[in-house]
Amino acid sequence: MQTGNSLKEKAEKAIEKSAMYGEDFDLNEFEVAAKEVPQTEDLEDLDDEFKQTLLNVGVLTDDKERSGSFLMLDNAVSHSSLKDPNIELMSLHEALEKHDWLKDYSWNLVAVDADKYTAKSYLENANGYFIRAPAGQKSSMPVQTCLMMGHKDVTQTVHNILIVEEDAKLDVITGCTTKKGVERAMHLGISEIYVKKGGVLNFTMIHNWAGDVGVRPRTVIHLEEGASFVNNYILLKPVRSIQSYPTAILDGEGAFARFHTIAVAHPGSELDLGSRVLFNAPNTKAELISRTITTGGKVIARGEMVANKPHCKGHLECHGLVLKDGGTQLAIPVLEANVADVELTHEAAVGRIAREQVEYLMARGLSEEDAVGMIVRGFLDVGITGLPEELAKDIDDTIAQIGKDAI
Amino acid sequence: MLEIKDLTVEIGGRKILNKVNLKVEQGSTTVLFGPNGAGKSALLMTLMGFSGYDIVSGQILFKGEDITHLSVNERAERGLGIMTQRPPNLTGVKLKDLVKVISNDHSFDTDAASKKLDMERFMDRDVNVGFSGGEIKRSELLQLSAQNPCLYLLDEPESGVDLVSIEEIGTTIDELLSSRSKCSVDHYKRGNSALIITHTGQVLDYVEPDVGYILCNGVVMCRGNPREMLKEIKAHGYQECIKCKQAIL
Ligand SMILES: Nc1ncnc2c1ncn2[C@@H]1O[C@H](COP(=O)(O)OP(=O)(O)O)[C@@H](O)[C@H]1O
Ligand SMILES: [Mg+2]
Repeated sequence: MQTGNSLKEKAEKAIEKSAMYGEDFDLNEFEVAAKEVPQTEDLEDLDDEFKQTLLNVGVLTDDKERSGSFLMLDNAVSHSSLKDPNIELMSLHEALEKHDWLKDYSWNLVAVDADKYTAKSYLENANGYFIRAPAGQKSSMPVQTCLMMGHKDVTQTVHNILIVEEDAKLDVITGCTTKKGVERAMHLGISEIYVKKGGVLNFTMIHNWAGDVGVRPRTVIHLEEGASFVNNYILLKPVRSIQSYPTAILDGEGAFARFHTIAVAHPGSELDLGSRVLFNAPNTKAELISRTITTGGKVIARGEMVANKPHCKGHLECHGLVLKDGGTQLAIPVLEANVADVELTHEAAVGRIAREQVEYLMARGLSEEDAVGMIVRGFLDVGITGLPEELAKDIDDTIAQIGKDAI
Repeated sequence: MLEIKDLTVEIGGRKILNKVNLKVEQGSTTVLFGPNGAGKSALLMTLMGFSGYDIVSGQILFKGEDITHLSVNERAERGLGIMTQRPPNLTGVKLKDLVKVISNDHSFDTDAASKKLDMERFMDRDVNVGFSGGEIKRSELLQLSAQNPCLYLLDEPESGVDLVSIEEIGTTIDELLSSRSKCSVDHYKRGNSALIITHTGQVLDYVEPDVGYILCNGVVMCRGNPREMLKEIKAHGYQECIKCKQAIL
């Protein structure tokens, strides 16, 4: 284990270190977000506009269908409530005080000196959520968390740790967003996720930002023998720049990871979205599936699979639609096999919607707009289930608007 | 119902159809024969208004209205319905969702129709993705029955279909043509009209044709009794094309 002092030194050295990818933001141009925020006893007490903002990232204020709810506003916790006594949900700071062993999990998967964003998060002693499903516990309803930036021109630093222990099962929905009216801000989010032997984690993340927001998530997932991790990522609204490259380490035999990415790049948005899987144990499997659309922005869809042990199987699929001139789709699949007996495949296709498909539907009586909408909806449908109805409707409306704009 | 006048069509600058004249009367079934590459499919695609088929000259009239320059969906709205030879895959679009959108506000019994065409298993599948030849045709017929057009444009409905499916497809087409649509008028032979392309003539075991045309090299060679034509074609192949043209001239 590294001492706090050596980590601090490393972080200080890395505070100017540019990330490998994405626009290089100057964090000095942003204030550190508030570390004291108003407390919310009950999410139902929030005003309607605030509630709508939560709903748009899949966070319900009526928590009947949730095992627990957590709201972080700027750099502090505004609400944390738990209905399922068999799991744990609290702020990371609280959890580190409660569990002495937890420090070994902190800054263990993500390096403090990976880049200026991780360094900044460390140096700000970022808080976030801690969720733990103890061995054998299967939570029937998802835990929901929301990370919201409540003020403009600030940097939010978040550090989350999620642990699913042996044979436990957990669903998590995380919505990351800005309060209405906050157009410019930076979100830095460190997530260290552990899925132990036979554990199952379904993790759905919905992003909904504003036109001048920069987003730098740094996520690593560690999977033990027979563990399973499904990551759904949805971003349909404008943002300035997102760069993320979550990495799943399949460290135990039979571990499985799947990444679904659904994203729309509006004019002015640059989305550098990747996912990476390291097959470090035999008989591990992974699927990386991305469906992206540009209506004028830039999408870089990265995907990387590195097979280091035999009998691994991975499939990488990047499909990108260019709905308007001025948009860019760049698919960068990387496959690396370091042993003989592995099967890594990839499929990438970028381009416009086939005219033939649109006309096929028009020949059945659909307007061009409805035809494009139906094709786009189908394109984005990678089988993500369990989204709240309100969010599904918002997604539907967004897709219909994309269909309209595309013509 | 449909009148094609001196229609000349190019694909990518190459002339594919040359001064085609053809009529489909209300309630009648017209059959279009012709060798491979004659331009039969191109004619149907042009009638539906698909892009890539450039009308150089001529006219298409539907129920007296000039539809030569209407968009694909405007033609569909007026009552044209097509089954193409190779419909595209629609990844992520479920057949049941498509059928629902097509049938719109009409009273269409999706369950009964899908059952009848043995397509129940396919309702949750992506349209055409991984469908066999016969499954594609049955899915097309299901969509057409939801659409309920006045004029059916059917491109080789029997091609790529096994013998059992042919019977199902043939009888379904016959039923659809005999049913009623918004254009149906009582005293006509059938409720709906059709222009059917057939290479083998198999579909005519189930659908009684009224008029036949032979198309060769983008040119209409003859118009006549479809049963006689089929007999000739079966006996002598399409060498008859040339003779036939000379006969009408
Ligand atoms: N998309 C296309 N691009 C270029 N040529 C085409 C295209 N579609 C059809 N053709 C040509 O047009 C002619 C007629 O084709 P088609 O209508 O498919 O014939 P048929 O249906 O009678 O067998 C053929 O010579 C064919 O090669
Ligand atoms: Mg053809």
